[in-house]
Amino acid sequence: MARLIVYYAHPGHRHSRANKAMAAEASSVDSISYVDLYAEYPRFDIDIDREQERLLTHDVVLLQFPVFWYSTPSLVKEWQDLVLEHGFAYGHEGDRLAGKRMQLAVTAAGPADAYSADGYQRFPLRTFLTPLEQTARLCGMSFSAPYVLYSSLHAPDGEALDEHVGGYRQLLEAIRDDRYDFDTADGRDTVHANDLPTREEHRP
Amino acid sequence: MNEFLLLAFLFLVAGVIAVPVASRLGLGSVLGYLLAGIALSPLLTQLEVDVVSIQHFAEFGVVMMLFLVGLELEPRMLWAMRSRLLGLGGLQVGVTMLLIAAVAMLLGQPASIALAIGMVFALSSTAIVLQTLNEKGLMRSDGGQSSFSVLLFQDIAVIPMLAFLPLLAIPELLDAVPAAGGHGGAKVADSGDGGHGAELNFVAGLTGWQRGLVTIAAIAFVFAVGTFLTRPVFRFIAMARLRELFTACALLLVVGIALLMIVVGLSPALGAFLAGVVLANSEYRHELESDIGPFKGLLLGLFFITVGASINFDLLFAEFGNFVLLTLGLMLLKGLVMLGLSMVFAIRGADRWLFALGLAQAGEFGFVLLSFTVANGVIPEPLSQQLLLIVALSMLLTPLLFIVYDRLIAPRYASAQASEPDKIDEQGSVVIAGHGRFGGIVNRILLAAGFKTVVLDHQSEHLERLRVFGVKVFYGDATRPDLLHAAGIDDARMLVIAIDDKEQATELVRYMTKHHPDVYLVARAVDRHHVYELWGAGARDIIRESFDSAVRAGRSALEALGLHPYEAERQTRGFVDNDRAQMLELAELFDPDIPVHENAPYVERAKEYIARTGDAMRGKHAGLANRADRGWVPPTLQDVEAEKAAQKAQAPGDSAPVRHNT
Repeated sequence: MARLIVYYAHPGHRHSRANKAMAAEASSVDSISYVDLYAEYPRFDIDIDREQERLLTHDVVLLQFPVFWYSTPSLVKEWQDLVLEHGFAYGHEGDRLAGKRMQLAVTAAGPADAYSADGYQRFPLRTFLTPLEQTARLCGMSFSAPYVLYSSLHAPDGEALDEHVGGYRQLLEAIRDDRYDFDTADGRDTVHANDLPTREEHRP
Repeated sequence: MNEFLLLAFLFLVAGVIAVPVASRLGLGSVLGYLLAGIALSPLLTQLEVDVVSIQHFAEFGVVMMLFLVGLELEPRMLWAMRSRLLGLGGLQVGVTMLLIAAVAMLLGQPASIALAIGMVFALSSTAIVLQTLNEKGLMRSDGGQSSFSVLLFQDIAVIPMLAFLPLLAIPELLDAVPAAGGHGGAKVADSGDGGHGAELNFVAGLTGWQRGLVTIAAIAFVFAVGTFLTRPVFRFIAMARLRELFTACALLLVVGIALLMIVVGLSPALGAFLAGVVLANSEYRHELESDIGPFKGLLLGLFFITVGASINFDLLFAEFGNFVLLTLGLMLLKGLVMLGLSMVFAIRGADRWLFALGLAQAGEFGFVLLSFTVANGVIPEPLSQQLLLIVALSMLLTPLLFIVYDRLIAPRYASAQASEPDKIDEQGSVVIAGHGRFGGIVNRILLAAGFKTVVLDHQSEHLERLRVFGVKVFYGDATRPDLLHAAGIDDARMLVIAIDDKEQATELVRYMTKHHPDVYLVARAVDRHHVYELWGAGARDIIRESFDSAVRAGRSALEALGLHPYEAERQTRGFVDNDRAQMLELAELFDPDIPVHENAPYVERAKEYIARTGDAMRGKHAGLANRADRGWVPPTLQDVEAEKAAQKAQAPGDSAPVRHNT
């Protein structure tokens, strides 16, 4: 069993629909750790020791957040700045996170086709997430294809959200049970509810 | 009684008029007093006032001054001064005394008289020099510290001089003394008040080693009183909460120690100084300073007036040229000795000149020694009159030398002096008024961040407790300007007002904005109205004592009611912003002279706010809730569409149709 921790970050939790539903789902999955970052640190006073301890006792670190201005909500940045210390996560003798995995689960308001050279966002979503990708690499962690919900403002009206939330549970359980096929996922830019690379049976 | 009132009136009028004028002209307070004395002298002669005995009484001001100097000097600092005290002081007294004696012999005086003159003139004026140094803020400079070392040594040296002088007596003069009437004797008796008289002397009949033993016992007693007895006594007095009792107690301490020193044949000034040093670490230090301070100032002023009044102008004008020449010669000689010593002891730059010019006069101990020499038949009366005049003239000239230092010498070294970084460390501290639940936390935060604080509290129970934990606090009522001054408000960067009494806090703010507008104020308010009062008094950084905790309680409640913690945080922040903005506007409308309910514009605005806040709370108004949520409400679909359209319009060139996969 992989030890999985989900970090959920949304400053406007009450107004959120997609992320709120996803967070509710994640918090109900057994045998994984779930942290609501904004609930735990409403005044941004992050407990560095506790956070580092959390990272050390888990194998997969999943960050769930809405993409704000092509980046994370500010508390996630604060968390990175403080917790991923040199001498711990990188730099001289900073190898404590080496071998772990970083997984993202993000929502974007724009439609999928906006995130391309021709689309109005002009770049693929992965391009906007490269700072996190390189952060993971520098810490010796592998960075897997993000689990993405596009058109997140449309989603609540239809079945798309239900599908996405259900897929999210599958993703978390698959990672937990070592049934998630990271190798296949690594070949893709993003993964979605309808094409999750999971296996039926546990394979060590 | 009437005579006393008349005298007091005369002295006070002279002082009150002359000192401000002299200060305005940049001459310093000492010269002002001296001039006042000169102006008064014909009147005093007419009234047949015994100026000399008043002078001896006023010399007690010197004792008080040394007590205050001691208070500012911790034992550690005194120990660090020891080589200067003994080396510099000893050499100054010894070398000056011998040189002056030699000159006196050249001028035709017999050896015994010459030596006595040497002793009289070797001493400088503690009163003038320390007063001026303090006034100019030069006490902590190298020159100031050196001057102080020499003055302290001189003060101690007076005792062996008094013992030695009778040995120089000339038999014919001694015979003549009783014939001259009890006058000379009376002077000596008077000098016991504040000077160095011997008539109370209880050790006169003892042998050498017994004397030594008594001396050591007396000094040990002063230390014991200072270390063990003062704290419980002061605490006991403080419980009575009567300010004058504290003043009386402080006076009692100084007078008692002076008396003890006289009884065992030591210098009362030295005793008071030692007592001051012992108490320098006490929490009652600032209170003692501000209690004794006014007495010291008045007595010294009186002393300077009597010096001015005792100048014998008939004698002066009879041989004006001679006296001026002798006085200048004396000051030149003393100054040259100081200059020489300053080279040996590596006192540099402006400090060297401060030291040499400052100590070039003869001093009040010269008066004491002169009357003593006359009484003991060492110096004939007419000569002593002339010497007395020289002492007085040199004292009169000293303020002028300080002006020379200020105008001509200090500016030349100003640039060099400015680059020396050491003067700043005494400044920039934070004064905290009140060390209860509120001020105590402020103090701990500031100390933890490495800032220097001076804490004042008027509850001695607090002090006892805090002392145990090593917190540096001082006893005293922080609303008293003199105590604030003693605590260093003039150099402070900030005053934190955390005293319990509402009116007193407001009053303190009013005082500070008027007299110390450069000191930043952090004021604690008890409630909303108090905020307005403090605002009206001039405070701008006002903290309501229970507001923050109430806000936190509200936030806790919101969280417990199921609000997301970050949401609760945003809500309460919105409330705080709103409340603060309203409060500021209402503070401007508030008028301390009109009761709030009669202040129409205030009531109007307050009602408006209450209505608006209610609406906001119930979601009818955009005010409060929106403030908290802005930025986190997601964009709408229209926003996304608009964005898409705008981007297309911007880049019509690559108008390739949007590819739709699947």
